[in-house]
Amino acid sequence: MEIPNVADKWSGAVNEITLGATKDKGGSRTKTITIGGAKSIPFMDFEGNPGQKPVVAMDVYDVPPEDWPETLSKPFADVLHDPAQWAKKCVEQYGADLICLKLEGIHPDKGNRTAEETATTVKSILAAVGVPLIIWGCEHDEKDNDVMPKVSQAAKGECCLLGVVTQDNYKTLTATCLADGHALITLAPVDINIAKQVNILVSEMDFPLNRIVMFQSTGALGYGLEYTYSIQERERLAALTGDKMMSMPVICDVGHEAWRTKESKSDDKEVPQWGARDERGPMWETITAVSLLQSGVDIIRMSHPKAVAAVKKCIDRLY
Amino acid sequence: MISIGERINGMFKDVREAIKNKDPKAVRELAIKQTEAGASFLDVNVGTAAADPAEAMKWLVEVVQDTVKTPIAIDSQKFDVVKAGLSVAKNEILINSSKGDPEELDKFMTLAKEYNASLICLTMDKTGIPQDVARRMEFAMKIVEKAVEHEFELSKVYIDPVLFPINVDQKQPALMFDIFNQIKMISDPPPHRNVGLSNFSQGTKEKRLLARVFLTMGISYGLDAAVMDVLDKDLMDAAITAEIIMNQHLYSDSYLTACRK
Repeated sequence: MEIPNVADKWSGAVNEITLGATKDKGGSRTKTITIGGAKSIPFMDFEGNPGQKPVVAMDVYDVPPEDWPETLSKPFADVLHDPAQWAKKCVEQYGADLICLKLEGIHPDKGNRTAEETATTVKSILAAVGVPLIIWGCEHDEKDNDVMPKVSQAAKGECCLLGVVTQDNYKTLTATCLADGHALITLAPVDINIAKQVNILVSEMDFPLNRIVMFQSTGALGYGLEYTYSIQERERLAALTGDKMMSMPVICDVGHEAWRTKESKSDDKEVPQWGARDERGPMWETITAVSLLQSGVDIIRMSHPKAVAAVKKCIDRLY
Repeated sequence: MISIGERINGMFKDVREAIKNKDPKAVRELAIKQTEAGASFLDVNVGTAAADPAEAMKWLVEVVQDTVKTPIAIDSQKFDVVKAGLSVAKNEILINSSKGDPEELDKFMTLAKEYNASLICLTMDKTGIPQDVARRMEFAMKIVEKAVEHEFELSKVYIDPVLFPINVDQKQPALMFDIFNQIKMISDPPPHRNVGLSNFSQGTKEKRLLARVFLTMGISYGLDAAVMDVLDKDLMDAAITAEIIMNQHLYSDSYLTACRK
């Protein structure tokens, strides 16, 4: 008896974006990364082209993190004070496909670093590594609107991915990314309708849809993972069924979210029944990332080298 | 919603004069305006006064496709007029329409296949228009059978159950809704469900309101195409809103903008 073919036919696809610009295109990257392009649901490539492999961006902070457990800070012990060296180590030793510079230090409550200082940090990272760069603001609207335009100019020509814009604060960063040729991250708080709305608002400023990456606030395992998962799954289905306002690649923030949890951070002495933190922490990050791979993601921001290695191995085996 | 803009019709004075004088200006403007309003197809109808309907149809099709890339609905039940329009067509075409007689369907489906066009099929024949659900559904089934026989893709078939004006028979609208629903279940994929919307409010005072409410109610039962006044913004907004309510598009606060892009 012939088994009927029940493969779905998808009328849409996820956009492709190439991040990073090499010398001949006006930048100084030694490699570019293309994300997106999926024409089928993750791991069901018999229904259509699976698109580009998901990639891992490792987080680098502009100031040394204050609350990292030793398990997390140990792999970067000698470079936490120097974002450029930190980025170099992530790429050369730990296999990061991209670097995500998270601007914690510019937040008014955490250091209030200036736009000029930040531009210098950005330039130092661009000089230290050849991979494409993501630059993520502190999500304090006023401060981001002050700093991100200078950051954008400092990185002009490098085709970076800059974030984030929201429904209530999108004009400044959209205009600056449009002018300086960067891609843009639109944020929604685990709400697919708001995600669509932000994309519409950005496109009404004539920002091209195919330079947008979507972000839904990531919940770590045990802290809202299912919500992020189902929203991202719906986003992927919207793209595949032809909604042009939802056909963007997706980024998620696994490293930072996973390492905020007590399951990752707690000292072995406090929770002996949970197993060694050196295993437990990276495992929590790995499981969060690998689960979200199923929903349809294109860039995963990660922190611990062990988790990065495990997730990259998983991606290589599945794609 | 597959909206078929109805305005380029020789029944209207400006189009009638344009055809008579071979002056494309009015037709061009209507093609652009209807396209900008979001029309999926532009219906072109030579009206009843054209001296040479086949030549007039050729001229209309050429003027429209020189102006916009919007797909065109060739509106005539006369085979030679439709063929004339197809012979010069460059844009995607929908043939509006064939009656449900077997020999008509044979002729028009063969023609549609030859030109890779879609086809509206009416649930009526030379004996007249049925008034009940059962007979209209009989026609619908026969149309589907003919499509299968001709290996004519069902996604290119539009079934039109022939909508009466509200002031002719008030029992009809409810029957139409039942029919839209049933046609949706005929096959997978089902043929499209189409009406000539302006027929409904012909000869009434509250034309726009009647058309708008029928359209939204129809969409909830499965209507997915209509020959309609796409220049009526309230009508287009209502159609988009009905589709959002039926979960056919993802909601966003600016959904009226998004659905027109």
